[in-house]
Amino acid sequence: MKFLRFWWDFVVGDDWRAALGIAIAIGIAAALVAGGIDAWWLIPAAVVAVLYISLARETKAS
Amino acid sequence: MTAAFLVASAFLASAVEFVEALTIVLAAGLTRGWRSSLTGLGAATVVLAGIVAALGPTLKLVPIDALRLVVGALLLAFGLQWLRKAILRASGYKALHDEEAIFAREAAEAQSAPSETRAGLDWYGFTLSFKGVLLEGLEVAFIVITFGSTQGSIGLAALGAGIALVLVATVGAVVHAPLSRVPENTMKFAVGVMLTTFGIFWSTEGVGARWPGDDAALPVVLAFVIALSFASVVLLRRRRLVIA
Repeated sequence: MKFLRFWWDFVVGDDWRAALGIAIAIGIAAALVAGGIDAWWLIPAAVVAVLYISLARETKAS
Repeated sequence: MTAAFLVASAFLASAVEFVEALTIVLAAGLTRGWRSSLTGLGAATVVLAGIVAALGPTLKLVPIDALRLVVGALLLAFGLQWLRKAILRASGYKALHDEEAIFAREAAEAQSAPSETRAGLDWYGFTLSFKGVLLEGLEVAFIVITFGSTQGSIGLAALGAGIALVLVATVGAVVHAPLSRVPENTMKFAVGVMLTTFGIFWSTEGVGARWPGDDAALPVVLAFVIALSFASVVLLRRRRLVIA
């Protein structure tokens, strides 16, 4: 259990929503590419959105 | 360009982690004795070398697109953590990382801990040094393995980490004090930018999308992440001033 906790903290950290947002964006990008759309722009756009939401949450809390 | 970027990224990320590990080794060495502290450092280094040696060749067996997807996703999650914290520090929402304060805290804790001898070593000093180096070093191992395997050159990534190790160890041995003058917060910012850049680049390639210009898109992604980060810092600083 400690092992899993360590890797969770290591990769995901204190904002699991950001990691989930990235996972969803990658899933959508993969689906679009499978559908024939070259969605190279999707992950950079998702990073902007995820970072904005994450920073907004963090600064609101402080 | 990519090779230089790879070495620079591994160097910067490793240097930051080694500076933190050095603070812990110094705190353990000065308060609990150098033998235990350096034995802990040596044992952790052997474990880390074993991890890189075992995982590096194994990852070469994974198809490159699958590897880039997994590594890109991991780096993106990992890199955004670094970037978010760096932006919060730069905009004043989070305290700056202070090696001297961390050293003072670690040293005070080490001094007050009870003495216990195992295998001829002060056990607290050994475990403090071992755990500190192992945990900080795991991040270095993670970066060396992921960057190196995805770019097909673990050697280059290890070279960047090796240069950082020699530099930090040499300076640490000479000054015998935490390296508080190293611009650690700036370096952490740069590492967050690089991890996020590689994460975006590889996860996009991993899902099968093609960057316009292929590898030439990497510096553009880097410029995009830098611009995004600085814009975030400026906006948050302004917001802080308005609230104050």
